[in-house]
Amino acid sequence: MSLARYILWRLAVMVPTLLLISALVFTIIELPPGDYFESYITELQAMGESADLAEIEQLRTKYHFDEPAVVRYFYWLGGMLHGDFGYSFEYRLPVSEVVGDRLWLTILVSFVTIVFTWLIAFPIGIYSATHQYSWGDYGLTLVGMIGISVPNFMLAVILMYFANQWFGVSIGHLMDQKFLGEPMSWEKFRSILSHIWIPVIIIGTAGTAAMIRRLRANLLDELHKQYVTTARAKGMAPGPLLRKYPLRMALNFFISDIGSILPSIISGAEVTAIVLSLETTGPMLINALQSQDMYLAGSFLMFLAFLTVIGMLVSDIALAFLDPRIRLGGEARK
Amino acid sequence: MSMPLPPPGAPLPHYVSDAPFDPDAAARQAEEASGVLTTSQWHMIWYKFRRHRLAVVSGVFLLLMYASILITEFLAPYNLHTRNVDAIYEPPQRIHLFHEGEFVGPFVYGRSMELNMETLRRVYTDAPGEVQPLRFFCHGDRYRFWGLIDADLHLVCPAEGGEMFLLGTDRLGRDQLSRILYGARISLTIGLFGVAVSFILGIVIGGLAGYHGGWIDMALTRITEVLQSIPSIPLWMAMAAIIPVTWNPIFVYLGITMILGLLDWTGLARAVRSKLFSLREEDYVTAAQVMGAKSGRIISRHLVPGFMSHLIASATLTVPGMILGETALSFLGLGLRPPITSWGILLTEARNVNVIAIFPWLLFPIVPVILVILAFNFLGDGLRDAADPYK
Repeated sequence: MSLARYILWRLAVMVPTLLLISALVFTIIELPPGDYFESYITELQAMGESADLAEIEQLRTKYHFDEPAVVRYFYWLGGMLHGDFGYSFEYRLPVSEVVGDRLWLTILVSFVTIVFTWLIAFPIGIYSATHQYSWGDYGLTLVGMIGISVPNFMLAVILMYFANQWFGVSIGHLMDQKFLGEPMSWEKFRSILSHIWIPVIIIGTAGTAAMIRRLRANLLDELHKQYVTTARAKGMAPGPLLRKYPLRMALNFFISDIGSILPSIISGAEVTAIVLSLETTGPMLINALQSQDMYLAGSFLMFLAFLTVIGMLVSDIALAFLDPRIRLGGEARK
Repeated sequence: MSMPLPPPGAPLPHYVSDAPFDPDAAARQAEEASGVLTTSQWHMIWYKFRRHRLAVVSGVFLLLMYASILITEFLAPYNLHTRNVDAIYEPPQRIHLFHEGEFVGPFVYGRSMELNMETLRRVYTDAPGEVQPLRFFCHGDRYRFWGLIDADLHLVCPAEGGEMFLLGTDRLGRDQLSRILYGARISLTIGLFGVAVSFILGIVIGGLAGYHGGWIDMALTRITEVLQSIPSIPLWMAMAAIIPVTWNPIFVYLGITMILGLLDWTGLARAVRSKLFSLREEDYVTAAQVMGAKSGRIISRHLVPGFMSHLIASATLTVPGMILGETALSFLGLGLRPPITSWGILLTEARNVNVIAIFPWLLFPIVPVILVILAFNFLGDGLRDAADPYK
């Protein structure tokens, strides 16, 4: 199979996956009894105001709430295909306008986190594997274990506390507040860059620790293989040997591992965003879920799932570039 | 070397034992050795597991933690909801042994509280002369043990009329130490119940996929992949948001457990499936088939014991994820709701950075969370290494 055909095949597989995800997401946001309009009307009545029933009835018909859920699902799906994500009842705006640049900021945070994870995990993993059972290895393993065990939102809280105690600054947010809602500019970009490293460290810790452990295990497996012994016996220096063979094998795993760390990075990004009130999807998602703003919540869930699916696609394609066995076999090796 | 050969036809020189001939000796010898040779798989796993020191220590620690939730009422110095109106946001007290160079046994100094009129904050100071020795096996707050038996016996209580807040108190003057002990009940069991749910789902779904193969396998694998590609916490959040606000807290607890279990079986299902695939091809399975064993017998008698140890190891490694999930959900206000108290619920008190800056002891519930998760990870590592003792 040529590379182009492999990519096409991989794209085709993505379609049923996304369809399944969309069905699941729609089921979840449909499950709560009642809809937004009902809770809105009761809320208005509780405040002693009369609801504008005509307007609500109009919205109901417009968004097909008078039809069965299955029909509504297809309307929703069809709308998403040409960029119409529905209507946010709480903000009284189309979802795409409410979301603004939060989606891009989520992508930015996740992407920077992955790069950070790689940059940290790669050298440490190699060191741990080549110096197995040294003090450095033990120390790093312990630190890694702690990194896995401390949930990101608590790390965020702890960092907030120490930043406040030691530096007297409050961390949080992804940019200076004056840039909120402004179009992207050089100044705003710089402000984002100066804020982004704290959430990146918080989100990246667990993933980095997990990746170091897996990279170490993989590289150790590779180092114990006979070709390494043979090459050493023939007088090859350890450095070039490491670079030329086992490291390249480990690199494959490194890319395929995105698939397993990406969902957890995005999970962590959402929770951390809520704690640090970043201007990403997290805080808005939890609000939407709590107020049953179903199209908004659904779009966010869909978007997050889409992000992981795309991430896995990219990692599979990169892997196919690197490893001919995959494009020839037509099946990604996990 | 230099021994001359015997003449042709005569026997070669060889050793002959004088002992009387026993035709069953070989069989008897095998029987004697059988203690070693036929050590059961579980014994070998146990031997191998014991060598992983950290895992054993973690296992003991977790056993103690789980044992403690059986007698929480006795261990906790105060009740879960006991409010001490004179001790709101009181910082932790230290246990002392010596008072002015004299040994008194474990005691705490009494506290006096003043309201700082500028910051409107309560300031607690140790009263140096006020020695309040702790009492052991004493009568304190009345409680209903397991909700059944009336009792008031505690392991340790403050002195009569005194107070003892070793980890400080919260905004209602409730003792943090007691609340952490009670919170362990919820936080530790939710992981176990959640794993039980996902264990059953994982075995059934992974078993179906692995044993039948074909299109069932295709469909189930696809569903597993889809579930794995959705970030778990947002999905948990969405599911948890479905639980109606009006529900009884017990139902919320059950609901959260179900949600954690329902979405977390994918790893186990994949493990079961891949193990079944590899075990199906083993010679002993073919042998059993050739001898006419039905598939039910093959699964239960030959396949399940083969991967049970692996399953238990993977299940152990999924518990921390569940505990973390519950803590995160409760912390965000989507999980459990008071009066049910878990470590996540306790941490909601520490959600505001200004509160933490003034009352840092509200962060204490993080410590047991981290310790338990570390212990589960180490235990799972040890079990995974020991799961295949024949290596």
